[in-house]
Amino acid sequence: MTTLAARPRKKHYGKGSLTVATWVVAILFVFPLLWMILTAFKQEADAYTDPPKLLFSPTFDQISNVLSGGFLPYLSNSAFVTILSTALVLLFGVPAAYALSLAPVKGTSNALGFFLSTKMLPIVAAIIPLYIISQNSELLDTVWALVILYTSMNLPLAIWMMRSFFLEVPHEMIEAGRIDGANLPTLLRKIIMPVVAPGIAATALICVIFSWTEFFYAVNLTAARAGTVPVFLVGFITSEGLYWAQLSAAALLASLPVMIVGWIAQNHLVRGLSMGAVK
Amino acid sequence: MSTLSVDTPKSHAHAKAEEKRGLSTAAKRRLPLLPALIFVIAVTQLPFLLTVFYSFQSWNLVRPGSRHFVGLDNYIDVFSDATFLVALLNTVVLTVVCVLVALLLGLGLAILLDRKFFGRGVVRTLLITPFLILPAAGALLWKTTMFDPTYGLLHFVFGTDLDWLSEFPLAAVMAQIVWQWTPFMMLLILAGLQSQSKEVLEAASVDGAGRWRTFVSITLPHLSRFLQLATLLGAIYIVNSFDAIFLMTQGGPGTASTNLPYYIYQRAFEGFDVGQSSAMGVIVVILTMIVATFALRLMFRTFSVSGGVK
Repeated sequence: MTTLAARPRKKHYGKGSLTVATWVVAILFVFPLLWMILTAFKQEADAYTDPPKLLFSPTFDQISNVLSGGFLPYLSNSAFVTILSTALVLLFGVPAAYALSLAPVKGTSNALGFFLSTKMLPIVAAIIPLYIISQNSELLDTVWALVILYTSMNLPLAIWMMRSFFLEVPHEMIEAGRIDGANLPTLLRKIIMPVVAPGIAATALICVIFSWTEFFYAVNLTAARAGTVPVFLVGFITSEGLYWAQLSAAALLASLPVMIVGWIAQNHLVRGLSMGAVK
Repeated sequence: MSTLSVDTPKSHAHAKAEEKRGLSTAAKRRLPLLPALIFVIAVTQLPFLLTVFYSFQSWNLVRPGSRHFVGLDNYIDVFSDATFLVALLNTVVLTVVCVLVALLLGLGLAILLDRKFFGRGVVRTLLITPFLILPAAGALLWKTTMFDPTYGLLHFVFGTDLDWLSEFPLAAVMAQIVWQWTPFMMLLILAGLQSQSKEVLEAASVDGAGRWRTFVSITLPHLSRFLQLATLLGAIYIVNSFDAIFLMTQGGPGTASTNLPYYIYQRAFEGFDVGQSSAMGVIVVILTMIVATFALRLMFRTFSVSGGVK
């Protein structure tokens, strides 16, 4: 009797402590980030003290310093490059994913293998020719060079992801539509698109994240005019230790757009990353 | 294997039917694929061919007129370059350790999240955020607020004046990369855990299987394709790590935290040595291809044999 009565209680207790443990682990894990957000609202003098200051009067000085300190051109470059390259990925990628899933021909697996193999090529192996080509074609230090490169960087992965979403379209539905005399545009609009649209959104989200955060191409191929937000942050390594609060504000502002998009679309993110393996 | 395998029965049947219908339809069906294929070939393969071409030349941008054909000299130089070998070793260590640690931490966090509890949505949101902030921001953040010997949080917690970035540069960089990539692994594994069939888990518990036994015999095999995908994607991105090294240690002190992407960058953009850096690029590609073909295939086979999942 006692064991029976005690059991559920003990289990409940165990669950509660596991929840507390989960919270503690999560907060410890993201602590550097929480600390960055706190620091972004400090005065410089409060940012480096020993021991670290937890109580301080918050200020927006650093945020406004960053915004008035030349951050905005970088932000607009990032927005332009991210939006345009993601649009191009979809423009090239959706038809390709369709061709590789719902209407495959001989050589499909070769094409798929080829796309994935381009992701295996380390990007450093092509940076020198890319630098020389963009210099000769006057694309160096322009947003266009980044648009082209980010499109090619994300396209292979996007095709793989979207193909897996296209494969989820029930074959019977397409056949039934065909028998009813629907042509391809109608099939696409009425049957295929409604099923794959969330997958395409998930793919676009991943492309946005990878384009917004890309560093290597941006830092090597832009100098004065086409820098994106990660390049803006490079300015802070020369002044190490001196402007922590401002650095934190810049890091926060630079990451905020992707953070917000990612938070809102968490479930899409999971679907996109697992390439449709989740049902 | 199913997520990565391309030879689904459906596509085979389709391809066969296609053959019968004749070339014109096949060509028409290939049409939507062409723009993407041509674009990717033009932007990724042509530059690489140029890299191969440059790698046979002695060409330094600061010495005009220095460009001439030297055959395999660059390759010989690269392999006798001690820094290259250090960078190669660092790259291997960094990739293997970061992928494994991030995978294990991600698995742990995913298991913690795979149940109903108070504030679960908030905790998940918190945990994915390191993946969403700029790696460049994360690197600078760790360099300053975590590792600073006087004002850093690690100094405050451990009470030492240790300068982490010069004492343990590679480990410090790896800590940041693991922090950045753990949420990615966690999300993927969580997706796998949540796609488990509840009936199977209940059946196991009815049969008297304990938690550990259920995890090893049912959950782990089910997760194998998610773990493969996480390993593959994580490895592809982590092997190219550049941000953290560039911003935290500049490859130093000395060459202690130099990896191949950073070393090639140095030879190309600080040494202006087109020939040598191209040769290194080609070697990196060949090594990556060898690893990708053999190691990944081996790993996938081990997974699907031990897991019994196809």
